[in-house]
Amino acid sequence: MEYTTTLLTGFVALYIFMLAAFTGFEIIGRVPSILHTPLMSGSNFVHGIVVVGALWALVNASTPLEQAIGFFGVLLGAGNAAGGYVVTERMLDMFKPSDKKKT
Amino acid sequence: MNAALIIDTAYFVAAFLFIYGLKRMSSPVTARSGIVVAGWGMVVAVVASFLYTLDVNEAARPHLATNILLAAVALGLGLGWAWWSGRRVAMTAMPQMVALYNGMGGGAAAAIAAIELYGYKTHGMVVLTLAVLGGLIGSVSLSGSLIAWAKLDGRINKTLRMPGLQAINGLFLLATAGLGVWIIANGGKIGHLEITVFFVLALLYGVMMTMPIGGADMPVVISLYNAFTGLAVGFEGYVINNPALMIAGMVVGSAGTLLTLLMAKAMNRSVSNVLFSNFGAAGDQQQGEIAGSMKPVDAGDAGINMRYASKVIIAPGYGLAVAQAQHKLYEFVKILEAADVEVKFAIHPVAGRMPGHMNVLLAEAGVPYDIIHDMEDINGEFKEADVAIVIGANDTVNPAARTNKSSPIYGMPILNVDLAKQVYVVKRGQGKGYSGVENELFFADNTNMVYGDAQKVLVAMIQAVKSLDGGGH
Repeated sequence: MEYTTTLLTGFVALYIFMLAAFTGFEIIGRVPSILHTPLMSGSNFVHGIVVVGALWALVNASTPLEQAIGFFGVLLGAGNAAGGYVVTERMLDMFKPSDKKKT
Repeated sequence: MNAALIIDTAYFVAAFLFIYGLKRMSSPVTARSGIVVAGWGMVVAVVASFLYTLDVNEAARPHLATNILLAAVALGLGLGWAWWSGRRVAMTAMPQMVALYNGMGGGAAAAIAAIELYGYKTHGMVVLTLAVLGGLIGSVSLSGSLIAWAKLDGRINKTLRMPGLQAINGLFLLATAGLGVWIIANGGKIGHLEITVFFVLALLYGVMMTMPIGGADMPVVISLYNAFTGLAVGFEGYVINNPALMIAGMVVGSAGTLLTLLMAKAMNRSVSNVLFSNFGAAGDQQQGEIAGSMKPVDAGDAGINMRYASKVIIAPGYGLAVAQAQHKLYEFVKILEAADVEVKFAIHPVAGRMPGHMNVLLAEAGVPYDIIHDMEDINGEFKEADVAIVIGANDTVNPAARTNKSSPIYGMPILNVDLAKQVYVVKRGQGKGYSGVENELFFADNTNMVYGDAQKVLVAMIQAVKSLDGGGH
């Protein structure tokens, strides 16, 4: 049987949005303030997923204008994802408790 | 197995890994593994996306080879540049870098919206509305984040303030939103010129909205734009029927909103107050004369005094990081600890350039996180401390916030360093803090000023204490 992608329209989309919004709220709710900066950076990385959408738009581009915008979309999205990852990892790398002796 | 099934499975896995990764990031013990987990989610989603090439629409088929080449080049350039810049950015410059990467994400979301609108690809009221809305928010996030980056990076020093600016901005937003409604009302069948004007107006609004905001408030704004980008990504995800974008975008949209509120609360300001008020503009006239005088003291003497204290609390601020003195500070702390002095760090919620930034800067110097304490936890301990030492902080330790109702910073929670028996303030000169408010602490009877560059002052303290103990050990 051929698989086809389900269209996420109307209420299905609304449910997804609602549950995702609560998920985000719950995850951040009890975070100690020492992690606010890395977490902001980490969530910044997560919306770098936009690069995937930009890739889709570029692959399906059919005019020079669309190709140009798509190119910049992918460029910017890739920067968001890669940059967000690198700075978050660098920050989190530094958090160490005092019993772990540094070499 | 066909391509669509693989792609959808990959997105499901990615969405799971993102949420699980963010969850792990919310505790200091598991945070490091959290970003790695989320990173794998990104890899899975991006790799699967190349399967799009197997199933493109009719019109794009002749351009497929070009498009794939463009995609590969764009991915390579974006990834390469961001990886390189992210590796070499200094920890002190982290907030503006986050702003920059965030703006790029907003721009990418706006680009998706632009392709949909210019190509007349969206059909139906709801889809069109979300495309326009995502395009607007994404554009504002892009240009606004760029201004925030330029301001924090010291490339723009002017804070644009003039009477009636809020009204002009309001008109700008109204015009942009009006044009957006016009596009939706016409079912998207509208000239390229109008669409271009729409995006230009949205970008300009982002600039206008961010220009009047002062540097001290920028972290809240960056966090807000982070939430904006998340929303824009979520909306565009709906437009192109991509559940990974919808979920990741909306999770960040709500998480970012909550984070913004927490930050604003830590500064005792409301978000609308940050966005729409000209903070500090009238600060100078509201102050009365402060009694007393500033009493300077030698750095070595202050250091020796701390060596013989039993409890010392350090209140660091951004000035410490600017002087690159975190490592010297920790060296001094270790010397004090070796002499059986109890040393604690007191961190104001907005120390540094954004909440938690100071923790990152101290962590970089190797300071263990269990001697670093939040304001609420440590404020009660200052009255038992023999010495409180303020390094490169100003507004966050100003008692006027507690006592002087006419002060612009009145009501902001502060570190109660003035309650310690002896207060040392390490400061470069006699200037005022970020808010432009005179600090009563500096004039208090139990306060002594140690003038000089933080790094040099700490070196002097270390030498003084070492020469004292040197002969005996």
